[in-house]
Amino acid sequence: MIREIEIFVIGGGPAGLSAALAAASTGAHVLLCERDEEPGGQLVKQTHKFFGSEKQYAGERGIFIAKKLAEEAYQQENIEILTEATVLGIYEDGIVTVLKDGKHLKFHPRKIIVSTGAAEKFLAFPNNDLPGIYGAGAVQTLMNVSGIKPAERVVMVGAGNIGLIVSYQLLQAGVEVACVVEAAPRIGGYLVHASKLARAGVPIKTGWTVKEAYGNGKLEGVILVQLDENWAPIPGTEVDVPCDTLCLAVGLTPLSDLLFQADCHMEYVRELSGSVPVTDENLMTSVEGIYACGDVSGIEEASSAMVEGRLAGFAAAASLGYDVERASREVASARAELDELRSGPMGARIRAGLEKVNEKRGEATC
Amino acid sequence: MLIQNGIPTAEDLMKVMPSEERLRRGPAAIAECFQCIPCNPCAKACPFGAITVEPDINQTPVIDYDKCVGCRQCVAACPGLAIFVVDLTYKEDMASVTLPFEFLPVPEKGMLAMGLSRAGEELGWFEVIQVKQGRGHNLTWMITLAVPKDLAMDVRNIKVGGYRHA
Repeated sequence: MIREIEIFVIGGGPAGLSAALAAASTGAHVLLCERDEEPGGQLVKQTHKFFGSEKQYAGERGIFIAKKLAEEAYQQENIEILTEATVLGIYEDGIVTVLKDGKHLKFHPRKIIVSTGAAEKFLAFPNNDLPGIYGAGAVQTLMNVSGIKPAERVVMVGAGNIGLIVSYQLLQAGVEVACVVEAAPRIGGYLVHASKLARAGVPIKTGWTVKEAYGNGKLEGVILVQLDENWAPIPGTEVDVPCDTLCLAVGLTPLSDLLFQADCHMEYVRELSGSVPVTDENLMTSVEGIYACGDVSGIEEASSAMVEGRLAGFAAAASLGYDVERASREVASARAELDELRSGPMGARIRAGLEKVNEKRGEATC
Repeated sequence: MLIQNGIPTAEDLMKVMPSEERLRRGPAAIAECFQCIPCNPCAKACPFGAITVEPDINQTPVIDYDKCVGCRQCVAACPGLAIFVVDLTYKEDMASVTLPFEFLPVPEKGMLAMGLSRAGEELGWFEVIQVKQGRGHNLTWMITLAVPKDLAMDVRNIKVGGYRHA
């Protein structure tokens, strides 16, 4: 049996939930598919307060934003939520297939919003397969979702926002953070996060990287090495740091496989951290009726993911003829919010990436 | 340097410090926020309209010290835990410092806590004179310490646990 659906949202993180709520508020019917047990995406483990402005829930902790968005979605009659349901493919006849409870379900949506988020990058160094070496996201899940103290002594690799925030949350969980290591000469995340670690006595070592890990059957320590201005290791600077856990927070990359499979025009854009869909001002990809929002269309903050979701949700609903006047106003205000969020120096990278995407828009796909 | 290790320099701090004359008049908020990031809850939290983030949310906050009364509303509101309130008029030889805190255990009023610098260095045991928690979902604690006046601009954290009774 193939079920007809108006708007099919793939992924129930901040972007997907915002898209579903926006679209449903116009009267459109939405099916939201979430791979995890509960919607919320990465928000469910973000115990820190969010930045941004009031419209993006600034000052509120991610865990409470997740709860609020999910509760609203469950209460909204126009939204059906499938959890523990993995989307397997988007086919050329417009059929979306889903694996749920061991069954292969088929849907025929009129519009698809892809908000599948991102995956963590890994780092190559000797012995990086030792037990005790994790992506920072996994450690954050163990701590903040499962309530498990994940380590005794951690070395964090990466001083972007994830590395800084997870280090702070490790301290909150009573874990010692030996240091934060960052290969770049500067801290990449928000400096207020870095200052919180500094005044808790955690050294942040910019211009350093992991040379190798060691341990007998499990991680026992890492050798760190300082880098010169060409990012080449400086011999003789090696230090041995005993630790039972090494966390990698070396960036995310868009989880865009479904968009590739749907034959959307994709481009590798370094500033957006991977292969992203070329989208128009409504966040529609090159395939009519398929939209992309949140990290899958370029790695950014959860605040902008929520606004992108709202934009895509209203745009998709308007294209189906739902509450066109209000939806169009909402689309315009979401665009203005995104412009504001991205207008500062921290948004320079995103702006450069999006400009590249815009340039590609005119070009033919092949 | 701040961008390399997260520790603001004296030069960074000079840009956000109220004047000595203002500090002699009573408690004042100090926003140790040096980077243009999109964020403005401090401006929304101030009941006196003393904090502005203008013309857009990517600017760092500016505090109007004629309007700021050191009420501490901004301390728990700041998502970056970057706002402190310093009162040089607390006692003749003592100042008070209010700092945001998000660790357990939380010290009780009257206990002594080990004060830490912006680099996490131990500066000495100081009396906890007030403990308050941000409302609702905020949850951030605001810890006020009595510190010698010459350390009022240095104490910015406390060591978790090991608190002593005075």
